[in-house]
Amino acid sequence: MTLPKTFGPETLALHAGQSPDPAFGARAAPIYFTTSYVFPDTDHAAALFNLERPGHVYTRISNPTNAMLEERIAALEGGVGAIAVASGQAALHLAITTLMGAGGHIVASHALYGGSHNLLAYTLPRFGITTTFVDPHDADAWRAAVRPETRLFFGESLGNPGLDVLDIPAVADIAHAHRVPLLVDATLVTPCLQRPLALGADLVLHSATKFLGGHGVAVGGLLVDGGRFDWEASGLFPTLTEPYDGFHGMDFAEESPIAAFLLRARREGLRDFGACLSPMNAFQILQGMETLPLRMRAHVANARKVAEHLAAHPLVAHVAWPGLDSHRDHALAARLLPDGAGSVLSFELKGGRAAGRAFIEGLRVFSHLANVGDAKSLVIHPASTTHFRMSAQDLAAAGIGEGTVRLSVGLESVDDLIEDLNRGLYAASRVEQG
Amino acid sequence: MELSVNDTPAYLYTGGRPFDRQQPVVVLIHGAGHDHSVWNYQARQLAHHGFAVLAPDLPGHGRSQGSPLPTIEALADWVEALLDAAGVVHAALAGHSMGSLVALQTAAQAPARISKLILIGSVAPMPVAPPLLEAAAHERAAAHGMINQWSYTPASQLGASPVPGVSLTGLNQRLMERQREGVLANDLAACNAYQGGLDAAARIAVPCAMLCGERDQMTPRKAVKPLHEALAKVPGGARMIVIKGAGHAMMAEAPDAVGDAMRGFLTSA
Repeated sequence: MTLPKTFGPETLALHAGQSPDPAFGARAAPIYFTTSYVFPDTDHAAALFNLERPGHVYTRISNPTNAMLEERIAALEGGVGAIAVASGQAALHLAITTLMGAGGHIVASHALYGGSHNLLAYTLPRFGITTTFVDPHDADAWRAAVRPETRLFFGESLGNPGLDVLDIPAVADIAHAHRVPLLVDATLVTPCLQRPLALGADLVLHSATKFLGGHGVAVGGLLVDGGRFDWEASGLFPTLTEPYDGFHGMDFAEESPIAAFLLRARREGLRDFGACLSPMNAFQILQGMETLPLRMRAHVANARKVAEHLAAHPLVAHVAWPGLDSHRDHALAARLLPDGAGSVLSFELKGGRAAGRAFIEGLRVFSHLANVGDAKSLVIHPASTTHFRMSAQDLAAAGIGEGTVRLSVGLESVDDLIEDLNRGLYAASRVEQG
Repeated sequence: MELSVNDTPAYLYTGGRPFDRQQPVVVLIHGAGHDHSVWNYQARQLAHHGFAVLAPDLPGHGRSQGSPLPTIEALADWVEALLDAAGVVHAALAGHSMGSLVALQTAAQAPARISKLILIGSVAPMPVAPPLLEAAAHERAAAHGMINQWSYTPASQLGASPVPGVSLTGLNQRLMERQREGVLANDLAACNAYQGGLDAAARIAVPCAMLCGERDQMTPRKAVKPLHEALAKVPGGARMIVIKGAGHAMMAEAPDAVGDAMRGFLTSA
């Protein structure tokens, strides 16, 4: 028997979460630029506060434009709902603080975005939450790092900086065997290339600033709940399974066995930590998401041509992109990312820091900046920018070579991108020769 | 809260307020493959407006232990046992879909105990499409997909949700998946097999409301007529309330309209 028809990602990207505006019939998503909402009467007001009725009270907690974005990413990811927040970092913080307090412990992949690593390694320990970092490929390391107080596993679909592919089914199995959920940062893949919830993850976060928006104009974050993790059965999450004095004595898992996490995250985390998303940013990210499936196909196609070109170039020592069969995770990528391994890649230039600097300065189409996931192609040379204070030895320990260059391959004509890269490589070759 | 019903632990949601049997009691009975959480908003509204709410997880569903009961009659017996366990003499009953048949049967077999009846998304008999029965027994994922497709209007499938940030169909999918193996198949078979609905309806002599989703495909408006007509002894006839724009999953799709209709009916003379 075939399953009933469900909507494809192209349809969801355009429609999910948004009906034509009931007030004026506007087809485009209206920007509800308001802090607060008029209550028809006192009984209705009390009902909204008591959760007798769904609805909006204050934009820090929910907003109609933000809700469209939340429901759209939930539909694309196959989750039960989502929460829009001020940034990807805010999404990570909200996930952690909803699940644990001081004394909590996280097991995380060591292949993480630097901002996430900062939060876990340096900032959260000050609040009593500690993290053990493990090699994401090492199943025994994930297992060995678990402690009685572990409450979360965390990794990225594609890890930084080597584009390691997270074996989500394997890591999820280990997490679940220890009664904790797996949170996956899927920023670099988007739901068009991978849906982590379908692979076994329990929670997904995005820096919507990157591919979801695609235009590079709005910072935002999204946290999606898969609704499969049984908090009550786990027994390790009193924030979700015991009455909370801060909100009507609510036992969130009793109130909603499926969406308890979202309920607490919104009613406590957004309310108290307050990292809400501006409705303007939500609107801008929604505009980007309308074309996400088209863009991701084009990103991947360009990335493949760029990766293959660089891999064949004599000045390039090594290209890290899981779509190439030279990548250690190529087989895993074929299984978990069959529609493409994204469009962020890194490569090692022969010639060290000076060659890297010359390469960057020789480019005209690639923009030199600290971001990924823009429709425009981006480039950065960590050894001369984000990591310039580090010695060659320290760089190596972080998995970064002196000649490592990271590209976020955009949507320009790929011939123009390759010509631009050739221009940079020529500049780098003159340094090497000179 | 938890009660022992027929020596088996049963879970009951009380709408966020402690259960006080001194207040008028209303029992909310969920449908096939569901649990108490389908009533969140309606239960909270009633509990915060003077009603003592009991929204059980039926046996074998959600947090209630035991095996799912195989017939509507057995479920009605269980609801009577639940009233005994809770020390409740008189109660209003509301049920959704399968739960509406349970409410109807309970009201017919225990007329002295039931003060009012609310049937939501209800028809009698309630034949279940053979492909759905087959899928529920052998291919749950397909059954969940069919139920989602037939229970929610196109606007809910693709458009905005009344609950900010929540996907109604995603939530329902997971709720059905969370139930134990065999529960959905048991429930749908019980609905399909129940032939006593019209006889039961003919015995109902208390006020009764029928809530019907304007766009319900599972229990469509035109199919409600035989049950509505069978409720001939209901004083003034059963009150038909159409929930505008909603499908079968009307408590989720139109939580305010359903809650207001229930509360309005329960507080009316």
